[in-house]
Amino acid sequence: MMSELLDRLVRDFGVTDITERPPAITTLKVSKENGERLIRELRDREGFTHLNFIACTDWIEDGIFRLIYMLHNYDSKQNLGVHIDIKRDHAEMTSIHTLWAQAWTYQRELREMYGIHFPGSPRLEEDFCLEGWDAMPPMRRDFDTAKYSAERFGHREGRVSLVPRDHMKVQLYPNRGGDES
Amino acid sequence: MIAEWFGRAGNFSLTLLIVTVYGLLVGAFIERTIAKVQGRIGIPYRQPFINILKTLVKRTAVSHGIMFYLGPVFRIAGGIGTLAFIPVIYGSETFANFSYAGDLFLVIYFMFFGQLGMALGAGESGHPYSAIGIARGLSQMTAYEVPFALAVISIVIQYDTLSITEIVAAQQGGWQHWTLFTNWVATLAAMLAFLGMTGYSPFDIFLAPQEIPIGPPTEFHSAYLSLLQTNRALFGATKLVLFMNLFFGGATGWIELMIKTLAIYMVAVVVGVAFPRFRVDQSIRFFFKIPTLIGIISIIYVQMMFTS
Amino acid sequence: MKKTPSTLSTLENAGLSAEDQLLFSNARPRPYEPYPIKAIEDFANWARANSLWILAFGTGCCSIELRPLMTARFDASRFGVAGRPTPRQSSVFIIGGYVSVKTLKRIVRSYEQMQGPKFIIALGSCPANGGMYFDSYNTINQFDLYLPVDLYVTGCMPRPEALLGAILELQDDIKAGKCDGANRYIEHFDEYKANQKKVIKDWNMPDYNW
Repeated sequence: MMSELLDRLVRDFGVTDITERPPAITTLKVSKENGERLIRELRDREGFTHLNFIACTDWIEDGIFRLIYMLHNYDSKQNLGVHIDIKRDHAEMTSIHTLWAQAWTYQRELREMYGIHFPGSPRLEEDFCLEGWDAMPPMRRDFDTAKYSAERFGHREGRVSLVPRDHMKVQLYPNRGGDES
Repeated sequence: MIAEWFGRAGNFSLTLLIVTVYGLLVGAFIERTIAKVQGRIGIPYRQPFINILKTLVKRTAVSHGIMFYLGPVFRIAGGIGTLAFIPVIYGSETFANFSYAGDLFLVIYFMFFGQLGMALGAGESGHPYSAIGIARGLSQMTAYEVPFALAVISIVIQYDTLSITEIVAAQQGGWQHWTLFTNWVATLAAMLAFLGMTGYSPFDIFLAPQEIPIGPPTEFHSAYLSLLQTNRALFGATKLVLFMNLFFGGATGWIELMIKTLAIYMVAVVVGVAFPRFRVDQSIRFFFKIPTLIGIISIIYVQMMFTS
Repeated sequence: MKKTPSTLSTLENAGLSAEDQLLFSNARPRPYEPYPIKAIEDFANWARANSLWILAFGTGCCSIELRPLMTARFDASRFGVAGRPTPRQSSVFIIGGYVSVKTLKRIVRSYEQMQGPKFIIALGSCPANGGMYFDSYNTINQFDLYLPVDLYVTGCMPRPEALLGAILELQDDIKAGKCDGANRYIEHFDEYKANQKKVIKDWNMPDYNW
């Protein structure tokens, strides 16, 4: 049944990179233009009536954000992850808040954390977690969080960081100079 | 005449002191008992006194207006006023307070007075939780006043008097003369109302320590709060003394008073630890159904039994 | 931190809109003197130390350590400790773990609404030096820049025993008259405010929450 559906999706929407992850997760990739149409089709025709979450990954080397829409089918107990790549320098995606009302909260968070724009999504520009944020969106990988923290919040003198592995070597084998062999 | 009034006022101050201290100790005793049930040690007996002292010596206080000042004052005036007209020890000139022929009516009025003053004061603090707490508290109070008033009317008919002293006098001469045994229907209605009065669960929705921080006194702090804490102990003990006088034969000595009031208080505590909390609509419905019905039955019962 | 006398007698409340400014007080807080007679002050301090009411505001993950304090195993109520759900009535603020900027705003607001004398126990490594969140974009690294701290409890997370020990130590300090955080806050009010406004960018509340 799942393979039938996937064949149809390849034909109608040109989905690629289909990966089956047992027991019940299938992911596929679709272009930005076909994305909203595909998700609507899956919800209305194919029984994927539940939106688990919307997530995002920053693939800075490829210059893309990968949006992951995880859908769930209550009848067949199948999860379907729809991957959509959008360009980092033009981060914009069709809003799906008309399909699931809860989507606008995810989109608000994505706008705040990654700076992705969703035209038409309600209350998009409102602060979600960060209040009065004035720098680059913090989950972008080119955002230097250590530098920002040191500048904004300062650094307490006397603070030391220990790598647990090295520290425990010295603690457990002191007379071998931290050599575990 | 003047000297006599001063003497009575002096005697009343003594009663006030004893009853307040007793109320605080009872509170600590109950806290410790509950703690023991839960396997804890619990607060020391001096804790309520330290709490009052600490709130009194706070260095700062803010005001929300004139009614905010007057709220706790009205509250404690209600507590003192209630006690002032109740004879605490039967047959004692010293602890008879200002009781007179019609004191029962005045006492019932004074019990209401403090709550209304508190409602005005807490309302001016402007805190939304205070307003919610007041709305719940006043509606619940209106509900439990009905069975209580019916029970009081019933015993007024039974003893044909409005004087608490005479009601106590009529119950002397052995336990079988107590209202509890001569008019158990009225006592039942009043004890159900008493559960609502003490504010233990299932009727603690107006304080609701978890949802609306602590209801009406949310904004009260420093010296205002110490007045409220004092009143809580005083008013609680006063209500116990009133119930003891009306339904359990009064007391001829302090030891008898302590044993009886503690027993009455334990009713509310035992019910409180055993039952979960009612919502306000449920508690109002509860009071308007069975306790009110019992109150009405008690009046009919009294009419049939004691009037010919 | 050095003491700077302020020339302004009232607060600006610049974060509020014009009509909101009418609703809030703009008075500056004043430091409070102890009682002139030492014996009375000592007695008052004894009462304060033996009746510590904790503000029930869990600011981070270490607040989970507050709950066992009231259970049968630790039973803090025997030391006069009680939870209090409103800042108006509580005297101890336990900063439970990391403080994000969003929480800091609420902490400042709650702390200023508490009535003095008031005390702060900072729990865990995060308020002291950032702890494991030292490089986070959203959590502050030194809590004492923003509010006066009376006692730090280190650990990640500290055990309830450590917290109980901190409470006992705080009691000793209060009895000795050493905990004067509320006055320190008011004497260095402008420095503390400047530090707070440096990290809280959307300051839409009065400068002092009376």
